[in-house]
Amino acid sequence: MQLEHLLGIEPLQPQQIKKILDLADYYADQNRINAQNNNALAGCTQVNMFFEHSTRTQASFEIAGKRLGADVMNMSMEASSIKKGETLIDTALTLNAMRPDLLVVRHPHSGAVDLLAQKVNCAVLNAGDGSHEHPTQALLDALTIRRSKGRLQRLNIAICGDVAHSRVARSNIILLGKMENRLRLVGPSTLMPSNINEFGVEVFYDIKQGLRDVDVVMMLRLQRERMDGGFIPSEREYYHRYGLDAKKLSYAKPDAIVMHPGPMNRGVEIDGEIADDLRHSVIQEQVEMGVAVRMAAMDILMRNRRKNTKETNI
Amino acid sequence: MTAFRITNVQLIDPRKQTVTAGNITIKDGLIATDDPKASTLDGQGKCLAPGIVDVGVKVCEPGERHKESFRSAGLAAAAGGVTTLITRPDTQPATDSPETLEFLRKRALSACIVKTHQMATLTKGRQGQEMTELSFLQDAGAVAFTDCDAVVSDTKVLARALTYASQLDVLVIGHPQDPGLSSGASATSGKFASLRAIPAVSPMAERLGLERDIAMVEMTNVKYHADQISTALSLPSLAEAKRKGLDVTAGVSIHHLTLNEFDVANYRSFFKVKPPLRSETDRQAMVAALESGLIDIISSMHTPQDEESKRLPYEQAASGAVALETLLPAALRLYHANQLSLPQLFRALSLNPSKRFGLPGGSLNTGDPADLVLFDPDTPYILDRFGLNSKSKNTPFDGQRLQGVVLATFVAGRKVYGR
Repeated sequence: MQLEHLLGIEPLQPQQIKKILDLADYYADQNRINAQNNNALAGCTQVNMFFEHSTRTQASFEIAGKRLGADVMNMSMEASSIKKGETLIDTALTLNAMRPDLLVVRHPHSGAVDLLAQKVNCAVLNAGDGSHEHPTQALLDALTIRRSKGRLQRLNIAICGDVAHSRVARSNIILLGKMENRLRLVGPSTLMPSNINEFGVEVFYDIKQGLRDVDVVMMLRLQRERMDGGFIPSEREYYHRYGLDAKKLSYAKPDAIVMHPGPMNRGVEIDGEIADDLRHSVIQEQVEMGVAVRMAAMDILMRNRRKNTKETNI
Repeated sequence: MTAFRITNVQLIDPRKQTVTAGNITIKDGLIATDDPKASTLDGQGKCLAPGIVDVGVKVCEPGERHKESFRSAGLAAAAGGVTTLITRPDTQPATDSPETLEFLRKRALSACIVKTHQMATLTKGRQGQEMTELSFLQDAGAVAFTDCDAVVSDTKVLARALTYASQLDVLVIGHPQDPGLSSGASATSGKFASLRAIPAVSPMAERLGLERDIAMVEMTNVKYHADQISTALSLPSLAEAKRKGLDVTAGVSIHHLTLNEFDVANYRSFFKVKPPLRSETDRQAMVAALESGLIDIISSMHTPQDEESKRLPYEQAASGAVALETLLPAALRLYHANQLSLPQLFRALSLNPSKRFGLPGGSLNTGDPADLVLFDPDTPYILDRFGLNSKSKNTPFDGQRLQGVVLATFVAGRKVYGR
């Protein structure tokens, strides 16, 4: 099966995940030695369409595209025609008529990027749809884990916090499950999706038990913008029970790594000192791997696209 | 009008629960005693049943005639073997005054080829604050009162409206759903909704709503019908209410009988209905409840939506599906799966709704109105939504295999559809 779009982790085979990570690994090294004259995407038009505010993901996709020689255009859809009443499909068709090659889309509603991909001819990358999926984040997390731990299977991984509203959590649960790791979810029951135990994970309401002997601690941001009411009594109670500090982290393996997809709420889900402690924290490396993973994903999608067009031309 | 006779048919009688080979004579719009001298129409051994009485059809007049008009709804109904439409009052503006109801009756009479009866709202503008002029509306012809999916959340307002309705002996239709718990939801909570990250509601919201309504019925003695039961969780409460002898009946939509939550697949918004599709266990419980008679009525919950309101991200897309033309073939899936007999199906499609709404018919007795459907339950086909008569084409059955076609539909002895 050949990838046409990157809409989520769910449709990917473990082999495809590995292929993206291997290429990303190469790009990560290339980026470090400053060999930035790769022209894999030369002549391609990449459009970043963000219907929801983003700084880091948009910047990461933009840098990734530019490092590969693509012509990158950013469209901030919050300020555009959507406000004038245009539907998502019309926006997609309008843009499609300008014949871009790569479309990077973030949207506040689950499934919206999937819908858009049905209407355009170019390759679509999901940069986050509602609480559904955020595939490049899960891939960059996987690459970070693989580089830190030397492998991506048989690890004990705890994902902590607001799982219910997190697309990062969903994509990670699927990806890390596909790669045969043991997953634990830690958080208050109000922030767990219903029937979550059917996803092949262990659920812990007590963070100390949940972190016992884990290799990886993934913290999630408390997504207040997706909440429609009180899910937790207060931030200070949440920090007391679930905020990651040195004490709670001491239950994990001594060499455990700490991850966070950003942006962090210091003092809400993570203690500032832990976030900055380079013995554990790989948060900066995650950002670095983000660029590499996005380069790899766009490179693979474009190669597949060129192959397909060549076949149809003959 | 001269008499005519449909010969060589399998007569499906939901009252006697029988299927018998025979003939039927129609005279002056009524089913008459057999008259061998009348001109004949050969039924070629196909099935003849009382026409479907469909409760809760949305005809989008007034307000959204581009979605469905009385003319298009009538054509769709006739093509689907539906001979009586009982229309919903969630129009724009809502059908909450005798004047609006009068307008609808006139429009229906002039444009609709099948029979129609109108329902009116229980509260003004479906706002749940002040009751409508129930008595005037009853005089104007309203057959039942309902605020549809706008659940009256103020129980004091509801208690007064139900008490007043009880004194007039009119039927009130409820939408059993707790409004708080279900707000913003467009899927049933569970593994599927969690995976797709669609805002979801526990099926318990339906039971909460139903139990509240049943308590109100016990308090006010009103005649009550629950528009749609869709989860197994609600059934014990419904059974208990019936056992107590309360005047309570319940319906189920064809979609909750034939589809489940997994049909939504990759955010297919044509499968977004209200209440949302449930689990397969729930679907099977609905079929069993229909067979036992605990659930009384199957309806199409025909809700036309234009492409613009459906072609949106799932959460934003409008709810509802057109179903007048697919009601019978979809219901026949239960017959072909050996879950329900044809007389059992027509008990829920024709007889029970007629009885509940106090309308004549729903059976094949002499003297009943000759509202009939002649159909072949076996002919297979693949549905093409653009072949539907409804102005809106939002059917979840597009491209699906269905079995069973309507050959002819008669309303008061007049053939309104034939193929």
